[in-house]
Order: sequence, then structure tokens, then C-alpha cells
Amino acid sequence: MSIKLENINYIYNPGTVYEKHALKDINLTIEQGEFVGVIGHTGSGKSTLIQHLNGLIKATSGNFYYDGKDVYSPGYNMKELRTQVGLVFQYPEHQLFEVDVLTDVCFGPKNQGLPKEECEKRAKEALQLVGFPEKYYTQSPFELSGGQKRRVAIAGVLAMRPKVLVLDEPTAGLDPKGRDEILDQIAYLHKQADLTVILVSHSMEDIAKYVERIVVVNDGEKMFDASPREVFSHYKELEKVGLAAPQVTYIMHALKEKGMDVPLGATTIEEAADAIMRSFHD
Amino acid sequence: MDMVKSEKLIYEYARHDDEGNIIGMNRAIDEVDIHVSPGDFVAILGHNGSGKSTLAKHINAILVPTGGTMWVNGRDTKDPEELWNVRQSAGMVFQNPDNQIIGTVVEEDVGFGLENLGVPTEEIWKRVEDSLKAVGMIQYRTNSPNKLSGGQKQRVAIAGVIAMAPQCIVLDEPTAMLDPNGRKEVIRTIQELRKRKNVTVILITHYMDEVIDADKVYVMDSGHIVMSGTPKEIFSQVEELKRYRLDVPQVTMLAEELRKRGLDIPKGIIRTEELVEALCRLN
Repeated sequence: MSIKLENINYIYNPGTVYEKHALKDINLTIEQGEFVGVIGHTGSGKSTLIQHLNGLIKATSGNFYYDGKDVYSPGYNMKELRTQVGLVFQYPEHQLFEVDVLTDVCFGPKNQGLPKEECEKRAKEALQLVGFPEKYYTQSPFELSGGQKRRVAIAGVLAMRPKVLVLDEPTAGLDPKGRDEILDQIAYLHKQADLTVILVSHSMEDIAKYVERIVVVNDGEKMFDASPREVFSHYKELEKVGLAAPQVTYIMHALKEKGMDVPLGATTIEEAADAIMRSFHD
Repeated sequence: MDMVKSEKLIYEYARHDDEGNIIGMNRAIDEVDIHVSPGDFVAILGHNGSGKSTLAKHINAILVPTGGTMWVNGRDTKDPEELWNVRQSAGMVFQNPDNQIIGTVVEEDVGFGLENLGVPTEEIWKRVEDSLKAVGMIQYRTNSPNKLSGGQKQRVAIAGVIAMAPQCIVLDEPTAMLDPNGRKEVIRTIQELRKRKNVTVILITHYMDEVIDADKVYVMDSGHIVMSGTPKEIFSQVEELKRYRLDVPQVTMLAEELRKRGLDIPKGIIRTEELVEALCRLN
């Protein structure tokens, strides 16, 4: 499976006074098994972009190929696309509605038309994947903590066994431990299940820690598309468009300014510690 | 006199079953004592469900204690006679900017609270202008709040609170939904307000780097205050914070990692400059 966007344009409310050109000539290819981060300030177009990936919105112009097939050609099976590309919205726990956890997670596979036993099998599997304890399966999802609710909501998407998981700020509002737990789990899924993961986040530290590639969206255009090291080296340009680099990037630049011989590429604590230790040993 | 003071504050609520019968009591806040002096910047940290938002809601009497006492500006929040005085003293800003903006024009939104208080029109306009200047949003006064960014909306929400001239503002995760720029805007606005108006600030957050300028930090866990001290004192206890599902700023983490690897770096580093200085001294 691969995702390929070609010259994608999206215009909200065309022909009215509220017309807004939200995406401008976006070209983007994502291969099976990649872990991609998408960053951009509020209103940059990143949410519009990810809503294209499972066909929630259709581009005003341009082409979208999923697994080599033209998604916008007549007769394309949109339902299939939506099961293959799972989209987890911001604050997904607001979408929980069933009487107990297991039934809620079964909702997706049930709509795929699977028999009850199969639904439950997949739901249990998905709940296990997100590390949700079995003793709470029969509890109402509304009685869970924020972090647990979010796990259930993510499991609801995983139960449809998607090949691609798109997450829009999955850790907003969670405490630091909850944030680490959810992201570690997603990184584990990425490795274990060869899941393609597309992560939208406002936390540069999280993006630097987990993803292999960053796509920066600004004003509807793709501004950068490269490794974290490369993207965060442009931190001054990122600041101009409302973003930033992880704190360690600033530390390395400050050290360099004071005359210490350290490389500037570090984006995680590990990398920074390695680089500083090396400069002391040389 | 303390701006905010609580003594053995308890908040309990009943749990109900499907039929509405009470099946037990939950204690969200358990004998909490806090002291906030006028003009102080106090941060409250704690994991989801630790009780910090429940505590915050006591400061402007959205909730009143079921045991113990909370005084705001010397007034007991349990006393119904004092309710409006308490709310005049302490204003609150919440997480989601979209849930607290009601006006169709920025300046109307900021004036909403004052109008409800029956402040004379001329005075309203004066205070609206002054508040919008204080948060750096005066050039947007006739805009529609719809078209603002998250950070700008939060600044409008803060202006709405400032317009009521409270001595104390409580902000409950005001940056949780914002992008990096929005976060910076809001934090800068809070600092600016402290300078200009000497207002007491109580900030609840999950972002550790937002509390390094605080005068005092409280850490909550299952309804108790489990740690309190200056940011330096709190963040030098990395392992303990992790036990409470919290974190330290990245620079503290890096300093800790370097110390583990044998570099002679002091504990309690919370700012980039401090780490840079410590490393340069070793070099």
C-alpha cells in the first residue's frame, strides 16, 4: 500500500465570500510502514490535508492514488479506503457512545458487516494492542480516565484493522505519562504490525522523538518534507510560521554560540547527550 | 492576608448507579492546604484526575468545599452572601477557547461580563479598551472572534476576565489546545499582566516549561498536595515527579542525563542558560 497525492488543491466554499484556498498544489507520497509527522500552525491546512487521506473530503483538483488505484475514479470503493485508512480525530473520546467499552470498540467492525464473534475478536485484539486492561471491558466508557478513554477510542479505529493510522493530536490534554504511554503504544504498533502512521502534533519534542520524516504545512503549502534533523535545522523559518524546534535544538545552538564544539543536528535528549559527551572526550 | 487560602479543604461527590441511587462517595480533594500571596505566580501540576481542576473550581466558587474552608481575598467561598465578591476577586480562564467566547465582535465579548454587572457604558468601553491593550489584541477589537487563531482567542478570553478587574486569575490548562506560537502568546500575556497589573496568577498546566517562572509550584496526586516548592526544588526531583506521572522540562532532562553519564552538573537546572553556563564552566 502507498499513498500518493498529486497536485492536490482544496477550496472551501468556492464562489462565495468565504472562499478559502486551504491546500495549494500538494504533492506527497507516503510508503507502507513509514512513520510521518505533520506539523503546522492552527489554520495551516494540515487537518484539511489528513481528511483527504480517507476520503472524508474530496480534492477540488488533483489526483489521489491509494495502493496505485485512483481514488477519484468513478466506481472506486470508498468504503474500502475508509477501512484501510483509519482516522483518529482530536479528542476522539468525545465520540465514545456505547454502553460498555467492548461494544463501543465493536462498532467499527460491526459496520463493516462482520459477524458478531469476529467483531468481538477484533475488538479484543485492538484493546490489547492499545494496552487496555481486560477487567474494564464491561465498564461504561464514560467512567474511565482521560487517558483510558483515548485508548478505547483509538482501539475503535484499530478494530477495523487499518493499514494506515492517521492521528490528529492524539495526546492533547493528556498528562506527561499518559502522553508517553499513548505514543509508545503507537510506536510499538508501527513496528509490530507494520502500520503506516501519520501523526499530527503541536509538540515538537514528541515529533522529534518518534517520527522518521516530517511534513511541514504552512498556508496550505508543503514547506518542508525531510528528516527531523533536517527540518529542525530550519528552526528560524519554522518560528516565522508559528512553529518551533524542540528545546534541545535551542540548547545546542546556544552551546555553539558560546564556542563549544558541538554538532547542531540533535533533536532528542539522547542525541544531544551523545553529542555533548563526545565534545568533552575529544 | 493571603489572596487564596485553603485549610483542610475536602470535596466529595456521590457516585450514582443507573437508577440514580447513591452507591458511594468519591473524595476528589482530600484535606488540601494552599496559600497564595497577592501578586504571586503559582502553578499547579498533577496528572489527569489528580484533582487540580476540581481545586481550581473552588477558587471562584464554581464548587464549594464539602469539608474545610477556602478563602479568596479573605472571604469564605461557602458563604452565599460572599459569592459575587468571590467571583469579582477571582476570574477563570478555561482550556477550550471556543467554549468561552460568546460575542460576535471581539470588543463585545470582552465587555459581556461588565454589562452583566451593570457597569455604566462609558466605563465598560474604557475597561474593554484597557484590557484588550493589556493582552495585545486592541487592533482586533472590531474583528469577529471566529477568524482568530487559538492563541488570539485565548487572549480575548483573558481580556474578558481582566476587564472585570479581578485581583486573581485562575487559568486551567489554557494552552492545551494551542500550537507552539499560541502557547508562547498566552504565556507572554500572563507575564505581561503580572507586570502591568500586579495580578495574582494561578496556572494549571501539563507543560512543565510553562512553570519555570512561577514563585511556587504545587504538585497534586489523588486529591492531595504531594509536593510544593520553587520550580528549582520541584524539578530537581526527577524520579519523584515521574512517579506522579509528570515530567521535567527538556533542559532538566538533558542535564540529568549528562550527570548520569558522569559530568559534574548541578541539580535543579531549569533554564537553557543555566545548562549552557554549567557546561561552559566544565569546558
